[in-house]
Amino acid sequence: MNGSPYLLRGNNSVTLVMLKVLAALIPGIIAHVWFFGPGIVVSLLLCTAFAIGFETLFLLMRGMPLKPFLTDGSVVVTACLLALAMPTLAPWWLYLTGIFFAVVVAKHFYGGLGQNLFNPAMVGYAALIVSFPVYMTQWVAPLGIAQVTPDLWEAFDLVFAGAGAISPDAYTSATPLDVWKTQARQGIDAANILAQPIFGWAGGHGREIVALMYLAGGLLLVANRVATWHVPVAFLLAMALTAGSLHLLDPAHHAPPLFHLFSGGAMLCAFFIATDPVTAASTPLGKLIYAGLAGFLVIIIRAFGGYPDGIAFAVLLMNVAVPFIDAYTQPRVFGHKHGGKRGQA
Amino acid sequence: MTVQKSRLEAGATRATRKRHTFNGGIHPDGHKDVSNAAPIVTLPLLSRYVVPLRQHIGTATRVLVQAGDTVLRGQMIGAAEGYVSTAVHAPTSGRVVAVEPHEVPHPSGLADLCVVIESDGLDQAVEFQPLDWRNLDPSALRNRIRDLGLAGLGGAVFPSFIKLNPEGGGIDTLILNGAECEPWITCDDRLMRERAAEILQGVAVMRHMLGAREVLIGIEDDKPEAIAAMRTAAGADTGVEVVAVPTLYPSGGGKQLTYLLTGRETPTGGRSTDVGVQVFNIGTAHALYRAVALGEPMLSRVVTVTGHVATPGNYEARLGTPVADLLQAAGGALPGSTGKLVGGPMMGFELEDNAAPLTKAVNCIIVKHPDLFPARPAALPCIRCGACARACPADLQPFEMYWFARAKDFGKAQSYDLFDCIECGCCSFVCPSHIPLVDYFRFAKSEIWERERHKHDADQARTRHEFKEFRLEREKLEKAEKLAAKVAENKARDAAAAATAAANPDAAADPEAERKKAILQAALDRAKKAKEAVTPQNTESLPPAVEKQIAEIEARRAQADTAVEKEAGQ
Repeated sequence: MNGSPYLLRGNNSVTLVMLKVLAALIPGIIAHVWFFGPGIVVSLLLCTAFAIGFETLFLLMRGMPLKPFLTDGSVVVTACLLALAMPTLAPWWLYLTGIFFAVVVAKHFYGGLGQNLFNPAMVGYAALIVSFPVYMTQWVAPLGIAQVTPDLWEAFDLVFAGAGAISPDAYTSATPLDVWKTQARQGIDAANILAQPIFGWAGGHGREIVALMYLAGGLLLVANRVATWHVPVAFLLAMALTAGSLHLLDPAHHAPPLFHLFSGGAMLCAFFIATDPVTAASTPLGKLIYAGLAGFLVIIIRAFGGYPDGIAFAVLLMNVAVPFIDAYTQPRVFGHKHGGKRGQA
Repeated sequence: MTVQKSRLEAGATRATRKRHTFNGGIHPDGHKDVSNAAPIVTLPLLSRYVVPLRQHIGTATRVLVQAGDTVLRGQMIGAAEGYVSTAVHAPTSGRVVAVEPHEVPHPSGLADLCVVIESDGLDQAVEFQPLDWRNLDPSALRNRIRDLGLAGLGGAVFPSFIKLNPEGGGIDTLILNGAECEPWITCDDRLMRERAAEILQGVAVMRHMLGAREVLIGIEDDKPEAIAAMRTAAGADTGVEVVAVPTLYPSGGGKQLTYLLTGRETPTGGRSTDVGVQVFNIGTAHALYRAVALGEPMLSRVVTVTGHVATPGNYEARLGTPVADLLQAAGGALPGSTGKLVGGPMMGFELEDNAAPLTKAVNCIIVKHPDLFPARPAALPCIRCGACARACPADLQPFEMYWFARAKDFGKAQSYDLFDCIECGCCSFVCPSHIPLVDYFRFAKSEIWERERHKHDADQARTRHEFKEFRLEREKLEKAEKLAAKVAENKARDAAAAATAAANPDAAADPEAERKKAILQAALDRAKKAKEAVTPQNTESLPPAVEKQIAEIEARRAQADTAVEKEAGQ
């Protein structure tokens, strides 16, 4: 089989797609370093190293060629997304475990690149938050709330030595989502909770700027046609509408939509996680349904669930529904009367 | 269609024509400037031509000559056979040296029957009779066009006389396809620049034959000279409009151009005539002009020879010219060339053999070089990015069809409208995983066709078998009835004989012998039938595959029997 076309679009490869995604993460990473110290660089590098290690090992075990699959860049994207979704000063084995679930369980057990049903980074994250909830809630406090953030060497120490010379407690504090969850349950009025300095002007001091940078990077991705507008728009709109409705119904117990959009992993998810083409719906209408329901679930989990954030579970739950959504939302083919259901043989 | 009408009545101008754009499409590098500056060059007479007897879509022509015959230029050497067929003619005068299978430019790479003609150098022609197309009976005119060998020169080579049938007059719009959207090809561009007036005379004939009210000539806007030339030639003719369409591959696809110019979508499985549109390539219009104005059969065409050759350009060559001679006319392939493509790089195919001749279908020969056509990198798995779906002009989901085609789940692939795929190659072009998607679709389609054929054959075999069973059963019944009748007749005769014998004892001997004969015959029949029943069928020592097939048939029959019994029981 070697037929037409004999032409290929230039500068076009999976590697390039992945590099564009990584490049779009850079503004967010810089903002993260600015507010939370260079610790994120340690976790990014560590996760990437573990991911490449697991990828190599499992490619070898599966008898697959190393070069094309190690250079496609997908495993680096997975590693970086997980690192960005996790606390930065966690012990090294927490990253190792997360990456194991992401790369080995979610990706290679399902057949490798393009075959996985579930978003690998979110599988890693969900495995960790279920197994090690305490470690997963120890977040570094942003500069401005804390006096100082750990420097690079302290971060290395904390990650590799654990609670050795320095205690991570010196740097960590509860996230705005954690604080909200605890205090709202205690019956403290929403206005009083949100008045605390850690909440900043939208989604938490420092964190809202990081979220803005993810938004900026994400818009670049959409402008470069790496991702279409459907998923981010539907995801953020559904979050805003769901949170807005709850807030309107019961403003004392539900945070306003702006807080939800700029806190936790909302922006990262909208542009970088929910947009993962392998695990997201693929038709235009399907993407709207998939991302819209994911955004809705995030707010439901945040408002009524046991976990402070709901990104990972919302995405994984919607991953389950993707084949179903796709089959029922096929676009109308040229010359046909209707789109809709396809796939019945 | 009412929109169309009201627009016409309002005297629509270019400015008011509504723009329609199909989804998807791509912008590959055009490389048109490599060959579009050089005027069309007519190839000198060659010493040898190889003329395939099938140069169109449809049935091969019936060969009219044999080795040793002398022929004249324009003499019919292959007559249209069946409905979808059109004639083939001798490109020059000379001697037929062979009628034999020969390499032809076809994606299959298979040889086909060709007439090999050795030129006598005189180039004597038969007498060409111009056609009085305005007054000829439409059917007679179409038959003449068939016998002049006209087929679509855009590449699909469908016999033109069929497409020139107005079929009840539902065609209101005639579209001339001058889009030439494939990269590298410039033969239509040059033809429009140099022979616009002749093309428009051909268009007038088409319009007359189809009864079309409006003529739309679609040309991609990367050919301003051709657009200008055609507009000048069209002049003040109000019914003819030259429309510049955006340069976006595949705007020259029949369905795509129809949509671009009229906003009408050709229904799935249908043709543009279903929405009142007939589409011809501008080269076909030019050939039709020569056929009716000069009475000249289709003997030559303009072909682009480009790519890695010394003097890329457009050449008017006689059909049957070996590709080797075409390449030579273009200065020959330059060092480092790596094969040739026939047609454009998006939908063409690789040509193995330079001995293959120019046919009506060949609009371009591209000599490849690794710099111009880099090898496709090894494919990575599909990441469902959807780039293919966004590039697809048919609004298909190529990655879904690929998934099922690769798994050989052809039913599923078909349910994603595989057969609406026009194989334009946009999906393969944009795929970041470098998956040769169209190859998978061609494979799936051919497998489905093969299975359909197989199923059809099996259905026929089963029908034949069931009829045989029915016939045997019927014959058995008929025989039994006959025998019963015979026995009854004999008994009656015996009774009559006995009665007669009672009156006349001497006459009794004869009926008795007759009766014995009947009984004997019945016994013989029974024995014969019993023998038939135990005659071994040729089912011993068969190959396992056949035994399996037999077992399957038996099972099916048993099932059918049960079903019949059930039905009978209800």
